Amino acid sequence: MALSGVEIFKHLPKTNCKKCGHPTCLAFAMKLAAKQASLDACPDASEDAKKVLGEAAAPPIRGITIGAGDKAVKTGDEICLFRHEKKFFNPTVFAVAIKDTEAGEAAARKIEAVKTSEIDRVGQKLRVDAIAVIDESGDAAKFASVVKQVVDGAPGVAIILASKNPAVIEAGIALCADKKPLIYAATAENAEAMAKIAKEKKASLALSADGLDALTALSEKVKGLGVDDLVLDPGARKAKDMVEQYTIIRRAAIKKNFKPLGYPVIAFPGRGDSVSEAMAASIGVMKYASIIVLNTIEKWKMLALLSLRQNIYTDPQVPMQVAQNIYKVGDAKENSPLMITTNFSLSYFIVRGEVENSKVPSWLAVMDNEGLSVLTAWAAGKFTASRIAQFIAESGVEKSINHKELIIPGYVAILSGTLEEKLPGWKITVGPREANGLPSFLKARA
Amino acid sequence: MALVIPKETYSGKIYNVQLGAGAKAVTIGGASALPFLAFEGAFPNKPAVALEIMDIAPDDWPETVKKAVGGAGASPAKWAKFCQDNGADMVALRLMGTHPDQQNKSAEEAAKVAAEVAAAVDIPLIILGSGHAEKDTQVLQAAAAATRGKNCAIGKAVEENYKTVAAAAMANDHKLIAMSQLDVNLAKQLNILLTQMGFAKERIIMDPMSSALGYGLEYTYSVIERIRQAALLQNDPMMQTPVMCDIGANVWKVKEVMAPDADVPEWGGLEDRALAWEVITASGMLTAGADMLIMRHPGAAGKIKELIAELMG
Repeated sequence: MALSGVEIFKHLPKTNCKKCGHPTCLAFAMKLAAKQASLDACPDASEDAKKVLGEAAAPPIRGITIGAGDKAVKTGDEICLFRHEKKFFNPTVFAVAIKDTEAGEAAARKIEAVKTSEIDRVGQKLRVDAIAVIDESGDAAKFASVVKQVVDGAPGVAIILASKNPAVIEAGIALCADKKPLIYAATAENAEAMAKIAKEKKASLALSADGLDALTALSEKVKGLGVDDLVLDPGARKAKDMVEQYTIIRRAAIKKNFKPLGYPVIAFPGRGDSVSEAMAASIGVMKYASIIVLNTIEKWKMLALLSLRQNIYTDPQVPMQVAQNIYKVGDAKENSPLMITTNFSLSYFIVRGEVENSKVPSWLAVMDNEGLSVLTAWAAGKFTASRIAQFIAESGVEKSINHKELIIPGYVAILSGTLEEKLPGWKITVGPREANGLPSFLKARA
Repeated sequence: MALVIPKETYSGKIYNVQLGAGAKAVTIGGASALPFLAFEGAFPNKPAVALEIMDIAPDDWPETVKKAVGGAGASPAKWAKFCQDNGADMVALRLMGTHPDQQNKSAEEAAKVAAEVAAAVDIPLIILGSGHAEKDTQVLQAAAAATRGKNCAIGKAVEENYKTVAAAAMANDHKLIAMSQLDVNLAKQLNILLTQMGFAKERIIMDPMSSALGYGLEYTYSVIERIRQAALLQNDPMMQTPVMCDIGANVWKVKEVMAPDADVPEWGGLEDRALAWEVITASGMLTAGADMLIMRHPGAAGKIKELIAELMG
């Protein structure tokens, strides 16, 4: 939590020397609190002041990058508990677990699944971003062989090395230290050895403890050993414990600026049943897990989880937009009807869905209105007769159709007269007000 | 540094709303903390899962869910029984056949079906119109009268017809589902209007308008989260009605539950994909704060009941 001006003032020299360019230390403190000045401007700031104020300025949840190169993923650095307060910033990283006992065929299949996991949704490329190699055998050589298989098979993909045995981690990290892997995990028993490896290899380090008190103690200990990039696992595996413990961690970090828990969370919602695993993982996506390690990544499951992640991490202030275009719905022909709507993704999805439901092949003109819905765009003067006319004229749609009839949303029926003036030769038809009226509207015309 | 668990102080509580009568009656609501945070509040009732049936056969439902319903879809009473036997907490009868664009069935026909369904099951009944605001007023009046004494949830009352629908629920001792258009203030406004006409706020269930995963889920999610915060943290009595979400109706019309495997190989198999779509949508609404879900696929409802059990601990 940010310090108030008065709290900052207590740490300043109180000499009112004006060297910072402000009349008094208090005035300077107020500027610092408002983030309109930097402490660097004060030549006499004590080391103590720099430390306290530097910590206060740090994000409540540390941002951590796993992996290297263009497929490195950033997690953490979140500032709120509810997406409507601002937004969730760094989307949950999905990783698939490969046990070292799966070396060979099974591991190869999972690596291939990661490499082909990318889907395109509303213009975003979504994919499984990491692979967690799990030490199941207790055999360092076996573990290292799977790490090698992953490094060779999926170069660039972020790696999580999972073992409680420092010797096993050493064997694995020797093969991928340049990839800035995440080590999972330090425990109360192995903290010193794991911290040493993480420091030497500049890797981030996950902490595993049973419950929040033990996790807090472990976090302070490992931080004291000089590792800054930490990730937390309080041991929650059941959905209820995930919601409760992750909420407490996020709240403590953001509302209380409680540093020992100010790190991203890693979740293991693994289940024997894949739908059950998807459900538990969905709880992690919504309730503050920054990294989720899954047992399996079937395409249907990732489509659902990645879509959920995209929904939850969408900026509530910036509507999702689809590209301006003339979209073909179904097997639209030159005599198929042409409708127009705005490029607010929800408007587009709903209109398109209803047109598909109608089973009447159609052309759907989607106009760029900065992602506003029809009525909002109209009210904001972005969905006007002249703009629509310009868009239709320039879209080239006339080459695809043999008629000149445009169906406009019922809510902007008022535009029809002016639109006919601006689009000479066109017939403007007023469609239904709500998208759910489209099927009967279209069927009645067909 | 020892961790002091940062607890919220809640001044409000969600109303308990009971549906149905007798041994199988179900109460929803009652929460005194944000969803599933049992360390700082009480959750006397688990969220309820209703399975949806219709007064007409589910001919336009996608194949996957139609197959899951099977032969039961041929008769509303048989279908209702099928839902009860498949573990549903409630049955939601949607009188889709009354829609002028569907079979334009009469209010009397709808009332007859409602009575038959009510007689066929002993779990609580939700009675929904077709969504045609004008026609729904007659349909719901008749259906409400035909199921008097069953303590059903009647809906949906919307801005255009809330007076008549609420009157029908009030006259026949039913609870009311009030739906607004995806906006915290509109949800509150409708509850205020209902209260002003004498409908007890403790008998309202709020439907903030659901949306499917990938199709605006985040809007419903945040509206529910904000409703719940207003109810519990700001103690707003007009926001303390339980929340329900119409999951199935929104999910089973999107491309993800219909597109055949061959069209979208990158999306995986249709059966699993469609079921997951309803399950994950439902999980989203539960996590935001929904107290009651209406679902269509019995298998998806079964999985969600498993998740609810896990969340309630």
